[in-house]
Amino acid sequence: MKVTVTVNGDEVAADVPDRTLLVHFLRDVAGLTATNVGCDTSSCGACTVLLDGRSVKSCTVLAAQADERSVTTAEGLSDGSGELHQVQRAFRAEHGLQCGFCTPGMVMASVSLLAENPSPTEDEVRTALEGNLCRCTGYHNIVRAVLAAASERRPN
Amino acid sequence: MIPAPFTYRRAASVDHAIELAAGAGEDAKFLAGGHSLMPLMKLRLAVPDTLVDIGRIGELSHISEHDGQVAIGAMTTHDEIARSGVLAASVPLLAQVAGRIGDPQVRHCGTIGGSLAHADPAADLPAVMLALDATLVARGPAGTREIGAADFFLGLFETVLAPAELLTEIRIPKPASAAWSFQKFSKRGIDWAIVGVAVQGGNVGLVNMGSTPLRASVTEQALASGASPEAAAAHAAEGTSPADDLNAPRAYREHLARVLVRRALDEAGTRA
Amino acid sequence: MSILGTRVLRTEDPRLLTDGGTYVDDVRDPELGRAARVTFVRSPVAHALITGIDTSAAKKAAGVIAVLTAADMDDLPPPPPDSGLTGTEGLPFPLGGVWSEPLLAVDRVRFVGEPVAIVITDDRYQGEDAAELVSVDYDPLSVVVGFDRALADDSLLFPEAGTNVAVSTETPAEGTAFDACEVVVERTITNQRLAPVPMEGRAVAARWADEKLTVWASTQNAQIARFILAGAMGLDPAKIRVVAPDVGGGFGAKIGVDRDGLIVAWAAKHTGRAVRWSETRSENLLAMTHGRAQRQIIKIGGNRDGRILAYRLEILQDTGAFLRLGGFLPFLTSLMAAGPYDIAQVQTSYRVIVSNTAPINAYRGAGRPEATAAIERAIDLFAGEIGMDPGEVRRINLVPADKFPFTSPCGATYDTGDYIGALDKVLAGAGYDELRAEQAARRQRGDVRQLGIGLASYVEITAADADGGETARLVVHDDGTATVYTGSSAHGQGHHTAWAMLVEAELGIPMDKVTVIHGDTDLIPGGVGTYASRSLQLGGVAVQKAAVEVREQARALAAEMLEASEADLELDVDRGVWQVRGDPATTTTWAQVAAHAGEAGLAADVNYTDGKPTFPFGTHLAVTEVDTETGQARLIRHVTIDDAGTVLNPVLAEGQRHGGIAQGVAQALLEEMVYDEEGNPVTGTLVDYAIVTAAELPSFELLSSETPAAINPLGAKGIGEAGTIGATPAAQNSVIDAVSHLGVRHIDMPLTPARVWAAISEAREAR
Repeated sequence: MKVTVTVNGDEVAADVPDRTLLVHFLRDVAGLTATNVGCDTSSCGACTVLLDGRSVKSCTVLAAQADERSVTTAEGLSDGSGELHQVQRAFRAEHGLQCGFCTPGMVMASVSLLAENPSPTEDEVRTALEGNLCRCTGYHNIVRAVLAAASERRPN
Repeated sequence: MIPAPFTYRRAASVDHAIELAAGAGEDAKFLAGGHSLMPLMKLRLAVPDTLVDIGRIGELSHISEHDGQVAIGAMTTHDEIARSGVLAASVPLLAQVAGRIGDPQVRHCGTIGGSLAHADPAADLPAVMLALDATLVARGPAGTREIGAADFFLGLFETVLAPAELLTEIRIPKPASAAWSFQKFSKRGIDWAIVGVAVQGGNVGLVNMGSTPLRASVTEQALASGASPEAAAAHAAEGTSPADDLNAPRAYREHLARVLVRRALDEAGTRA
Repeated sequence: MSILGTRVLRTEDPRLLTDGGTYVDDVRDPELGRAARVTFVRSPVAHALITGIDTSAAKKAAGVIAVLTAADMDDLPPPPPDSGLTGTEGLPFPLGGVWSEPLLAVDRVRFVGEPVAIVITDDRYQGEDAAELVSVDYDPLSVVVGFDRALADDSLLFPEAGTNVAVSTETPAEGTAFDACEVVVERTITNQRLAPVPMEGRAVAARWADEKLTVWASTQNAQIARFILAGAMGLDPAKIRVVAPDVGGGFGAKIGVDRDGLIVAWAAKHTGRAVRWSETRSENLLAMTHGRAQRQIIKIGGNRDGRILAYRLEILQDTGAFLRLGGFLPFLTSLMAAGPYDIAQVQTSYRVIVSNTAPINAYRGAGRPEATAAIERAIDLFAGEIGMDPGEVRRINLVPADKFPFTSPCGATYDTGDYIGALDKVLAGAGYDELRAEQAARRQRGDVRQLGIGLASYVEITAADADGGETARLVVHDDGTATVYTGSSAHGQGHHTAWAMLVEAELGIPMDKVTVIHGDTDLIPGGVGTYASRSLQLGGVAVQKAAVEVREQARALAAEMLEASEADLELDVDRGVWQVRGDPATTTTWAQVAAHAGEAGLAADVNYTDGKPTFPFGTHLAVTEVDTETGQARLIRHVTIDDAGTVLNPVLAEGQRHGGIAQGVAQALLEEMVYDEEGNPVTGTLVDYAIVTAAELPSFELLSSETPAAINPLGAKGIGEAGTIGATPAAQNSVIDAVSHLGVRHIDMPLTPARVWAAISEAREAR
């Protein structure tokens, strides 16, 4: 079937098998490979993107379900100028990534978290990220990155 | 990790959805949020040949209150339920439970109707529906009917819903008592409950103590006869048939049920 | 001031954050063009003869290019002969001969997930469909799961071997070792099977063209992968190029290239088509190698004054269906069995059995976590028996600071250390006395939530294969930039940042002008790669030495250019210019010097080793809260010292410690790869194999300690695995400590709520 998704502001249209997962639409049709597949039971969150502004696991959503809707991936976070998005900057500043494989999904989940809860406590950050698995960092610096990003946004 | 091939159909309305499902035959399934169905399909444990996507049917997504009853559209997401001011005020048990299902990504997609129709006894919402004496409204080729939560769940992943019959609304009588609590025991925050307990007033729902959600009826009777929470909780596992599995032997589940029911009753008592 | 030792943010990150990196499945190299997809058909049974494979239906499915089985592999050389290395004569590396592992299964399967056939299709969706159509007939054989079944030898995985015991060392007689001990404690404990679960699974893409094989692999060692490919495929290594792009975690399980990767590479050559494969998580849990899987009999003896006189460790290692590194791991466990303690008598032995489960291989720590977990449990059991504080018992028995280098009875010579200092700092930093007071108060009140404090002191061996050395090539270009070609192979460790720091520190070329390249055998034909926590102390030192060589070459060139003697030439590292001493106006830049070098270029090649491993050490203290009504344990604090010598970049070192702690705690509290009696994996998805999430962990408290290594100019030891080694026993000990007042002496890992509650119940009943 024909699916049209606005990805990072650009319309991407293609005829794809009905069973195409959104993550494969993004990776193979839209050519955006930052979003990764890390599991097959919707456990790991490496595939997290924003669908109409809210975080979803793109491996558990059909491309058809995203038809005529808008998706933001990690590539779409920076404004195109090459500058990192504020959350990405925080991840770098706090060494919140090592191998980088979970990172796009982790960043998108963090962006969504801060949109819904601009001043989370450490516990709230940890709970909000429990659907995003990381094997390298032990989460310590990821949590610091999210708290730093939140704190940077707060008006003094 | 790829579903077997299927035909995708998008429904524009409830009647259209029923028509599409009825036309496709036995192997059609409704696609709500997809977060119970898609994982099964990706492992090819479910292989429907037709998916009827009901995600764009606006009339299925709403939360309203009137005449002492809260009505929730079946396609309302867990996140919407968790954020609802109406539910926080009127049915806080449901609002809190919905806010802790899975993780944020799951809550943005998963729906109350999808979860209930999936009927996993390890899921949180079915037991909550029992504790709330909810009524489930379904529409199918034979028309519309109302089903009490107590009659809805038949067995493991099995409900009374007929083929092509769609859950449209969940109706919850506004609870008379302010006493409520939800106790969920799992290894990790994101795991399915090893055992869970939903208390609303004198109703005690049990998660994962059998092939369907259950009421701890002996406990409820004890409470009604004036027993203390501790004494009533001692009966929590009676009439249940919990599984023996990787996470818990049967006796451990029974023990947890007693502990969690007591804790739930104690916490509910502080809100009464 | 040198940049070394300062906090420097990673140069890797901007790219990884903005475009998400390029892992094997992301590679869009034109050579891979319209690469076909490989999907594996894997055995659903644990032990069976293959009596027939019918590929006819699969071959007719949509998009199928080929369906291949072992019968098609007639273009490969025969398997390697028996290496003859076993047991005490040498290191028990993978044995050939009767223990050989095929590529696609030939006539027999030995574990669920073993590859039996491959389907090659235009796209991956078609691949999953077609793989279901391959029909294999299995004639079941009696399944061997668990140590006791394996030892019974009534069902043999390798009938020609005559036994399931693949390797065994002599079991030393106890003799009089424990005779003088007032107190002796003995216990059989388990170090359970784990799955490494890197977030990126295994992935390989391959292309055969113009008589050359190009392989992109998610590997920790491109050069070793090439070596393995050459042997397996009967090709001259010069005809093989291996590229490691970004790698999403390895943890030892991606050393070289494994069996499934070899099959994919062969498929490319066999069909003449470019092919690619990225495993699913289910495949990864089934068929990527697992870790640990030891049963240990520990026996510890000493006196009531706290002095330990004897320790004995008998190891049974399950190596799964095939011997990968499984035979070598208990060798390392034995080597490190004594831990950081000065114990007069230490006796070890091991046996390695095969079973119908996935093969065991290295996993973060690779044999050393098992050693530390065993002795740290033994110390606590001994402390409990004599009624002495476990911290005090450790202090009494740790090798004192004035005894280094110290050779343990197991034959390891610990280079430098301050073990008691580490223990004391951690106890002080954690507020040990206050924690014990809080514990006592809760016990007195009979609180439902009890507090447990667990300790682990450890020493570990890094660069165990130091003899292999590491390579570095440094080139300074005539535009003033530099390129480092390193044999090391980062998969999250941040080597590019660290190596650039080394170049800036030595030469004054700013980091943003230094490019680091790794993992391409065309560019770096010689190298070992990253495992065994060897990279900084070998690969990093190699980079520094290359920089020193380049500096001296440049000195001669600059002297020529500035018409001064070499002795008068100075390198101003802060400004990155060469100048004549006493004449700061007369300078020349790196760019100019490199240009002056002309055709010969300004470059150095180093192959470095100091030939010796190093021994980082530390102490971990875990604080857990245990709900005694449910058995649930929650880690609320984790305080550590992990001393790996001089720290080059604290940011990177802390990250390694954090990650190691999380994996270590996860072993203690959550993870286990479980098979049922029929060899079916019970924990086959991430729903059931419980890796730790952010919600189960606190933030960690890392304390500093830097006791330099003596043998390399960076003073560096390896940090990558230390956190894992210390964290597991500390967490295990803390949960047991929380309920020890109820009579619990030991709980096997993982300390799940069900296990903890069962231990509490049993102890209560015993009273």
